[in-house]
Amino acid sequence: MSQVLANLPRATEPVVSVEDLHVRFLLREATVAAINGVSFDLEAGQVLGILGESGSGKSVTLRSLMRLLPPARTRTEGRIRIAGHEITAMDETALRHVRGAKVAMIFQEPMVALDPVFTIGVQIAETIVRHEGISYSAANQRALELLEMVQIPSAARRLKSYPHEMSGGMRQRAMIALALSCRPTVLLADEPTTALDVTVQIQIILLLRQLQQELGMAVIFVTHDVGVAIEVADRIAVMYAGRFVEVGPTEKVIDTPAHPYTAALLTSTVLGSTFGRRLEAIPGTPPDLRALPAGCSFAPRCRHAQDRCRVHMPPEAVLAPGRITRCVRVADGELDLGSPNLSERSIAKP
Amino acid sequence: MWAFTLRRLLYAVPVLLGVSMLVFALIHLAPGDVVDILVPPEVPKEIADSLRQRFHLDEQLYVQYVAWLGRLMVGDFGVSFFTGRPVAEELFGALGNTLVLALPAAVLGFLLGIALGALAAYNHGTWLDKLFSATAIIGVSLPHYWVGIVLVAIFAVVLNLLPAQGMGFEGLPTSWEHVQHLVLPVVTLSLIPMGVISRLVRANVLEILSQEFVGTLHAKGLFSRRVLYHTLKNAAPSALALMGLQFGYLLGGSILVETVFNWPGSGGLMNLAIFRRDVPVLSATIVVLAAIFVVINILVDVLQALLDPRMRR
Ligand SMILES: Nc1ncnc2c1ncn2[C@@H]1O[C@H](COP(=O)(O)OP(=O)(O)OP(=O)(O)O)[C@@H](O)[C@H]1O
Ligand SMILES: [Mg+2]
Repeated sequence: MSQVLANLPRATEPVVSVEDLHVRFLLREATVAAINGVSFDLEAGQVLGILGESGSGKSVTLRSLMRLLPPARTRTEGRIRIAGHEITAMDETALRHVRGAKVAMIFQEPMVALDPVFTIGVQIAETIVRHEGISYSAANQRALELLEMVQIPSAARRLKSYPHEMSGGMRQRAMIALALSCRPTVLLADEPTTALDVTVQIQIILLLRQLQQELGMAVIFVTHDVGVAIEVADRIAVMYAGRFVEVGPTEKVIDTPAHPYTAALLTSTVLGSTFGRRLEAIPGTPPDLRALPAGCSFAPRCRHAQDRCRVHMPPEAVLAPGRITRCVRVADGELDLGSPNLSERSIAKP
Repeated sequence: MWAFTLRRLLYAVPVLLGVSMLVFALIHLAPGDVVDILVPPEVPKEIADSLRQRFHLDEQLYVQYVAWLGRLMVGDFGVSFFTGRPVAEELFGALGNTLVLALPAAVLGFLLGIALGALAAYNHGTWLDKLFSATAIIGVSLPHYWVGIVLVAIFAVVLNLLPAQGMGFEGLPTSWEHVQHLVLPVVTLSLIPMGVISRLVRANVLEILSQEFVGTLHAKGLFSRRVLYHTLKNAAPSALALMGLQFGYLLGGSILVETVFNWPGSGGLMNLAIFRRDVPVLSATIVVLAAIFVVINILVDVLQALLDPRMRR
């Protein structure tokens, strides 16, 4: 009984808590420093959007939350707690009880993320049987309800479909049904709409938001797309070279970015509709994770960089509760990045 | 699924017809007259001609073919030129003897091959992987008749544990003594299937393990053995195709291994028929083996389609 109580997240306790996460990949030629000190908390029912260029470490962050990285060549440091479980300290068997039950994941490419030789129904039902120990027919019934919940037309027939028999949007709906099958406390979504057509993207985003509110899940939502992040996230974390360079409430981050990288990201997408658009490249090349510079990793591309930026990585400066930047100059009040004037864009949620 | 199976079966008809034509043509168009080879030169020409007549060798080739095919259809395989015994008797006797070896050799080779291949892939890059891969390569590259001789030398001659040669029984093995006769040839024959299957399964499982859906399976919290089940079901179709081929080869018999173990199988029968120009035996053997090959292939196709819906075209 006390065991059960101990595992229940208390009202004050965040449902996800990450402390100083470091992830390195030991490859034959080099060591890739993919995550370099990420810390954050996520409250129950909140949506955190992680925004960043390709290669900034978004997927690695999500995968390390479920310890899904290849163990042989991955070195992880730091502490991860999810729904009362010490993820970093668990043995593999205990971990398999948490995965899929307490924390679930949606992947970017629904075609390759589903097993091609099993029906959708089996893939959902086996997860329910695994975690809840109910009979296969009961699990199948639940799978049907889940497909209806994600609004797949003629759900009963789709239960017996194979992934290749479905469209991309339908597959992603099935993937969402699968992820939600055991009512997880935390949902990790790794660019769940990037591979889809724009119209389908919007439907999936709306569905995810609706389900998130109905089920009260905490969600970490990774995206390339500023518009999508604005649409879904309560808070935004901007990622660069394996660090959160800025964290804050969505409106604050968008209206008054507190890091030059965020500002650059926003101006590069300021023209035209943001929705469905990938981030445009900002000048300079992304950092080489095999040999990061000593100072701020954005300094080589930063218009405002000074000598001191190149000496130490700026520590996290708290600008306001829940509002963090890793820019010394902004923290010291030397830089006001101002508003990139996004007021005419559809920040307001429909 | 039934329509698919039926279609496969219908495809088999033209294939078998083509094979029968090819076999017939190759054997009958080979240089040298059969009767001239069969009878000594001092035999008078009239006797040779009467032989030709008796075996319808004097008729047009297509007439001979149609007549032969017609007899095949009703299960009449003719009689051997050489021994005068019914071909069916000789053929199915030898094929049965080969099957007694091929079946256990296939089971042993396939199971070992799958296990070694999957284990090597799961332990990719470790010493286990290297050990199993080396075993597989040795299995394919050692000449297996030589392995047979070495096994006989060790287990029969030196250790005196197992019989060196011969079947020691007819039909099916019914006692431990009979089974002892099987051990060495079965092990010898299983080496090549073991090697090729394990190499394919290793490559296949490695490829599957690198796919994203395996990440999903772990993310769902499935137990490792359930993940293994998913992996093997994905790897099965291509392994099945190779197993079908290998089993076909085993049924064709290996003249070398049969010689080493003095085993009266289909390899020896075919070899003898070639040397003796025993046309009825040779053509029936090839056609029956081809038919078995085709049937195995249909079976593999159907099994593949059952396992992987993308193959149901
Ligand atoms: N299993 C791995 N082994 C070695 N390096 C890896 C592995 N996974 C990721 N990396 C490296 O870690 C870095 C971060 O990758 P990650 O996939 O997290 O980027 P991302 O932000 O998700 O990018 P994208 O937007 O393209 O998905 C990249 O440089 C990548 O090459
Ligand atoms: Mg990614």
